[in-house]
Amino acid sequence: MNLTLRVWRQKSPEDKGRMVTYRVEDVSPDMSFLEMLDVLNERLILEGDDPVAFDHDCREGICGMCGMVINGVAHGEQVATTTCQLHMRHFEDNAVITIEPWRAAPFPVVKDLVVDRSAFDRIIQAGGFVSVPAGSAPDAHSLPVKKVDADAAFDAATCIGCGACVAACPNGSASLFTAAKITHLSLLPQGQPERDSRARAMVEQMDAEGFGGCTNTGECTAVCPKGIPLDTIAQMNRDYLKASK
Amino acid sequence: MRYTEGEPIRDTKAPEGPIEDRWEKRKFGAKLVNPANKRKLNVIVIGTGLAGGSAAATLGELGYNVTSFCYQDSPRRAHSIAAQGGINAAKNYRGDGDSIYRLFYDTVKGGDFRARESNVYRLAQVSVNIIDQAVAQGVPFAREYGGLLDTRSFGGAQVSRTFYARGQTGQQLLLGAYQALERQIAAGTVKMHTRHEMLDLIVADGRARGVIVRDMVTGEIERHLADAVVLASGGYGNVFFLSTNAKGCNTTAIWRAHRRGAMFANPCYTQIHPTCIPVSGEYQSKLTLMSESLRNDGRVWVPVKGGDDRPVSQIPEDERDYYLERIYPAFGNLVPRDIASRAAKNVCDEGRGVGPGGLGVYLDFADAIKRLGRDAVEKKYGNLFEMYERITGEDPYTQPMRIYPAVHYTMGGLWVDYDLQSTIPGLFVIGEANFSDHGANRLGASALMQGLADGYFVLPTTIGDYLANGPYGEVDEEAVAEAEVAVREKINRLLSNNGTRTADSYHRELGKLMWEYCGMERTEESLRKALERIPELREEFWKNVKVSGEADELNQALERAGRVADFFDLAELMCIDALHRTESCGGHFRAESQDADGEALRDDEHFAYVAAWEYGEQGPVLHKEDLDYEYVKMSQRSYK
Repeated sequence: MNLTLRVWRQKSPEDKGRMVTYRVEDVSPDMSFLEMLDVLNERLILEGDDPVAFDHDCREGICGMCGMVINGVAHGEQVATTTCQLHMRHFEDNAVITIEPWRAAPFPVVKDLVVDRSAFDRIIQAGGFVSVPAGSAPDAHSLPVKKVDADAAFDAATCIGCGACVAACPNGSASLFTAAKITHLSLLPQGQPERDSRARAMVEQMDAEGFGGCTNTGECTAVCPKGIPLDTIAQMNRDYLKASK
Repeated sequence: MRYTEGEPIRDTKAPEGPIEDRWEKRKFGAKLVNPANKRKLNVIVIGTGLAGGSAAATLGELGYNVTSFCYQDSPRRAHSIAAQGGINAAKNYRGDGDSIYRLFYDTVKGGDFRARESNVYRLAQVSVNIIDQAVAQGVPFAREYGGLLDTRSFGGAQVSRTFYARGQTGQQLLLGAYQALERQIAAGTVKMHTRHEMLDLIVADGRARGVIVRDMVTGEIERHLADAVVLASGGYGNVFFLSTNAKGCNTTAIWRAHRRGAMFANPCYTQIHPTCIPVSGEYQSKLTLMSESLRNDGRVWVPVKGGDDRPVSQIPEDERDYYLERIYPAFGNLVPRDIASRAAKNVCDEGRGVGPGGLGVYLDFADAIKRLGRDAVEKKYGNLFEMYERITGEDPYTQPMRIYPAVHYTMGGLWVDYDLQSTIPGLFVIGEANFSDHGANRLGASALMQGLADGYFVLPTTIGDYLANGPYGEVDEEAVAEAEVAVREKINRLLSNNGTRTADSYHRELGKLMWEYCGMERTEESLRKALERIPELREEFWKNVKVSGEADELNQALERAGRVADFFDLAELMCIDALHRTESCGGHFRAESQDADGEALRDDEHFAYVAAWEYGEQGPVLHKEDLDYEYVKMSQRSYK
């Protein structure tokens, strides 16, 4: 396949940034999207140019590090797919592909397609955990958990923190990310003692970071590579309201 | 061969006496640090995976001043997150005859009698606490309808002792550790530096006293000092270029420490995982593993006849060779990883492989779907099937998956004693970065166990014994400056080298060479070839590599080039280690050493030792640590 890429290039946070067009040839349909960028970068390095900086690591869809807006859609148009698991067989030969970073004020661009998502870590720091020192836990079987609850908690817990939800939301809201963790822990008996304080602290941190509010647009779940359901946000809102009384 | 032999080495920290009591004894014997003194003690932890994340969180909770580093943008991205299958624990919740002793026994045997009994016994003991800890943190393990934890069986074991969270066990355990870590960051006990890479170890007055790191965003070279340094930087499987490791996994932290005096043990022990998606083309950047839990229900086969390229549906049952079930009736498809991997290689070498290039075997769920129904199979393995389809474009519900072995985990690493301390006082090494618990082979679901055992339970106790004698005072400025200069020189050299090839292209070539000559099967001849070629290629790399960009910016080309340079040096040591060990064991299969059935033939008389390599300007120096087996009788492993 031969492709034309329009890539967002921005040397540093201060740089204004611009779209640059590259031609990539001999792309195999079995390549992943990132492997296609590797090919471009190898060429750029040899030409003495700066390769396109992008975040990636596990390349098997689980670490959450990769992420770019492809043709206007976070992680591209394939449903429930991270960028590293997107393969070129889904594109037409001679296609023009636009590649941009996540865009949201709380995710400042570091370079090219790399953004700073440390706001997510700070939301977790606010309360996205169960306080349990190592070595003091009771026997695991002392606390049975209904299978349906464990399964539902698991569904929420699979969030990989990639930030696609924020990039896709017209409000730049981090609700889906925050709600996934709140829901995961609030469905389990272990999460109960800190349930109220957690919901309050995490929601307040999310706001403090500058993420927008949720207006139930649903763009977040549409692009979520892990299919985190929208009703986790309803769960978060219920928990937050109850905790704020 | 280009190495010399030095004095034997010994672990002096494991207590004597009955094996069940040793860890208790050591814990009691370890000095304690008064809580008021803990906050005066600084510990650096490199890496935030299961080992590093859990260690930093626990040390922070205990009251030490912890500084933690990872190269990713968040500690949650560490590659432990990709572990799929599960974590072993001797809970015996199934009542199927499991016990701490049995887990210990299976692990020592599975490691082909090249691990220490004391360490492995402790691992089995602590495994029980790991599950408790994770459950208390809210890790959503699979559960039975009665609300109790579900378990499954895994390669190399005949009891059902593997706890799991669908196919994402590593993810859930890592997020548990990450959340504990973030809690400590909020509490101010851990200071986290993301997007920082360790480039050298500071050793002053014979002690590890800090690290030189590069801020990967600004390029700034920083010095961080401490009373002790913990390396939890993972394994070095990416020396093969193609592996199941994340792209960023590298050897730099442990290799730099090795050059500063930490011995490197058993570097040649590489685990090849039998169930990976086969390579599809030259451009490929990594390999993806399919959890070996798939072997619980999937049946592995190839056509009986070589060169049979009929579609699967047209190959009748009696023309299929379910070779694992045939050769190993007791374990069948669940034989350990080294056995399953080599068996796959053998049938492909016979010309019976399937898929492009004949480098693949079928993993077939047709029987399981018939027996259990598609729904049940989907519930158990859905996410794995989906992943397979995404990568290959083939539907594994209607045609068998194709799998092939790939480099997965490295059992070698920096030498540590029972306290997890390296040969440099004050340098502790945990998780995959050390060599200690798996011997020549790692059984399924045991890496997560070791990472968390080291991080939550073992290191936080043993490091206290070292820190009780601290704080260790001012650090000699000369040692710091020297390390910093070395780092800057290397960066400048890479950047000023205006060559014609990229670091990645050298890495790819080195990887191919390693896979071919020091991969699943090694011979004296192949290893000698590698040892000829590696230095040549390394020299060419240093003359001809091209790295674009500047030192003081986010520069991914520079990051890679630095790591590839260290992989060259490590690759050479791996081959030297593999060449000197003229026996087969676990992940190290020397073709010259096999029995009449083609199974690995150990040589306990000559090789029942850990090979600990000291760095030397004139070539490596081998120190042997003899392994004694008091409890598990050394025997030929047999899974037939």
